[in-house]
Amino acid sequence: MAVETAEEIKFSPELLAFIESWKKKPGNLIMVLHKVQEELGFLPRQAAIKVSELLEVPLAKVYGVLTFYHYFKRTKPGKYNIQVCMGTACYLKGGDDLISELEKLLGVPLNEVTEDGLFSVESVRCVGCCGLAPLFVVGGEVYGKLALEQVAGIVEDLRKQG
Amino acid sequence: MKTVEVKINGQSVQADAAGSILDAAKLAGTKIPILCAHPDLTAWGACGICIVKIEGNPRLVRACTTKVVPGQNYITHDPEIQKIRKTVIELILSNHPQECLTCARNQACELQKLATDFCIREVPYDTNIMDLPKDTSTESVILDPVKCVQCGRCALVCQSLQDVWALEFLERGEKTRLAPSADVLLDESPCIKCGQCAAHCPVGAIYEKDETDKFLAAVLAKNTHVSVQIAPAIRVALGEAFGMKPGSIVTGKIYAALRKLGADSVFDTNFGADLTVMEEGSEFVEKFLNRKGDLPQLTSCCPAWTDYMEKYYPDMIPHFSTAKSPMMMQGAMAKTYFAQQKNLDPKDIYSVAIMPCTAKKFEIRRSSDMNSSGAPDVDLVLTTRELGRLIKMAGIDFENLADEKADSPIGLYTGAGTIFGVTGGVMEAALRTAYKLVAGEELKNVEINPVRGTDGVKKGVIDIKGTAVKVAAAHGMINVKSILEEIREAKKTGKPMPYDFVEVMACYGGCIAGGGQPYETDDKVRAARTAGLYTDDAKSQLRCSHLNPEILHIYEKFLGKPCSDKAHKYLHTHYQKRPVYKK
Repeated sequence: MAVETAEEIKFSPELLAFIESWKKKPGNLIMVLHKVQEELGFLPRQAAIKVSELLEVPLAKVYGVLTFYHYFKRTKPGKYNIQVCMGTACYLKGGDDLISELEKLLGVPLNEVTEDGLFSVESVRCVGCCGLAPLFVVGGEVYGKLALEQVAGIVEDLRKQG
Repeated sequence: MKTVEVKINGQSVQADAAGSILDAAKLAGTKIPILCAHPDLTAWGACGICIVKIEGNPRLVRACTTKVVPGQNYITHDPEIQKIRKTVIELILSNHPQECLTCARNQACELQKLATDFCIREVPYDTNIMDLPKDTSTESVILDPVKCVQCGRCALVCQSLQDVWALEFLERGEKTRLAPSADVLLDESPCIKCGQCAAHCPVGAIYEKDETDKFLAAVLAKNTHVSVQIAPAIRVALGEAFGMKPGSIVTGKIYAALRKLGADSVFDTNFGADLTVMEEGSEFVEKFLNRKGDLPQLTSCCPAWTDYMEKYYPDMIPHFSTAKSPMMMQGAMAKTYFAQQKNLDPKDIYSVAIMPCTAKKFEIRRSSDMNSSGAPDVDLVLTTRELGRLIKMAGIDFENLADEKADSPIGLYTGAGTIFGVTGGVMEAALRTAYKLVAGEELKNVEINPVRGTDGVKKGVIDIKGTAVKVAAAHGMINVKSILEEIREAKKTGKPMPYDFVEVMACYGGCIAGGGQPYETDDKVRAARTAGLYTDDAKSQLRCSHLNPEILHIYEKFLGKPCSDKAHKYLHTHYQKRPVYKK
């Protein structure tokens, strides 16, 4: 089960305004959850409770949706969340080898965070740059046409940035 | 109802134009097997067992979710369809533990019945059983998600009929699992313990917490006086466990069976219901005539409803009758007044209540007020289903038992007490006595029709000698909301209150269709059990609680007057705001 934060979550005024503007629209729950994850990096229980209250939607429904889609995270990812593409092209070009290499280098399995809170690795669906396969994305930056030997260097660079 | 002509296996039927193929097949007397569909719920086509052919169309369709089209001929059974259905069942079994002998639903399982009917002797697929823990966090029901066949009935009942939202499916694909909403324990969720999920589950994924062993232990224990009470709704349902028709009145046989099981005294919760009428009715009349306290008064007999109110509508607490439920009153009187009469130490009395309800298992520990005698006023609650099993275990020939009577001095009941088990009954019983209290004379025709019937919300204005009493009765939690919102609105705007007295029962139909009643409850069964209770009332010599001689006696000898200090000590309780989620 996910690690939950106990303290109340604060949403920014922009986020609250966004939620308000979507309140009456059909299909609002997924949009709002996207926006909340964008701001917080993940969707802890307290955030789900807040969304449920603001949209007047039962918490059961919020959880039904947020556990259905892999994109939504209930645990806090590392500062550098390495999203390894497992779309068809990347898969064929050895996306899973990238995952094994990262797991070996960082010492944590998929979807877990390193002790220093810096890194986590997740497997994602096609990110839309198949020409660059195999690849991973960190903080919106695409690292493409990767050879296994390059991975350690990228991780070290990120670690230096802290 | 607009009808259209369709054919079921070539046989013409006039089917409901808005109905499904499944409904039409029923009219033709054809049984299409189902696992997820339920007459109480909107079909959503989860299981795929009800597939049928449309003549001239190569596609198979689900009978439960496909509307009839005039002129079409539906093939419901042929060797090809049967083979597909068998495959569907085999696939479900490949995800289902083969633990039938030790399952709570053994021999009462809809999947087991399907497996029997389709001659399944082996599961030809690799099995994949999920590894998930049982949720035993509540006093009322146990959730075993491993046995879930993902039919969705429980979540639909909880969300669309009860408006509680305690259950939901989480994750997806092969990881889909049934869980208390927001992935907490059931006890930490909004669950009100009504048990409708258990009553609707086709398999053993949700079932009442069985406590029959505690009853057996109490009977065996030395120097323990086992005192049992039975709720109104038990007498018209227990017979079903022994092949009798729903609605058969078996009160006398139950008294006899309980004595055979080792009960030292046998009482009737209907007496407690008569006592509730005296307390709750007097409380209402005081509020109504003297305008003291908040109106409308809301009934408080149903523990699932009180739990719901404390979580979702705590602003209604001042409106709640402080009177305890009949069960708790009966228990308190068994351990005080009865103990005194028989020179028993209340500590030596083990007080058992047979209830149609799983929430009652929770109610006996809901607050310290439930220990008004100094010990738990009710020690154990068993559902109708559990009592059925105890009787079978003891080898009692239930159908042929000679009728017996309940024990004095807290066993005699009136017709008003017995109708507590059906929606509108608490209101009707209270009004019979309120009439006498307000008008000073007896009500001539005691049958109050505006509060009878199956409408989710029943409203009426009762004339008491020129004084109008505005009443409403709601059953099924989804139907309660509109009334509560009306009251909230009136409070906010300062407009006149739309009601003076409101009755609420959490389960649709009332206690006769409670979460602890025999399985396969549908509207037909509800109607039969309801008719049983109204017959029990009509046949009673006394039909008003204030005419019950044992009630008059207990006030004279023990309680003083209704709502006296002593009555408050034993027969009333308090409510408090509770969080919807404990976590």
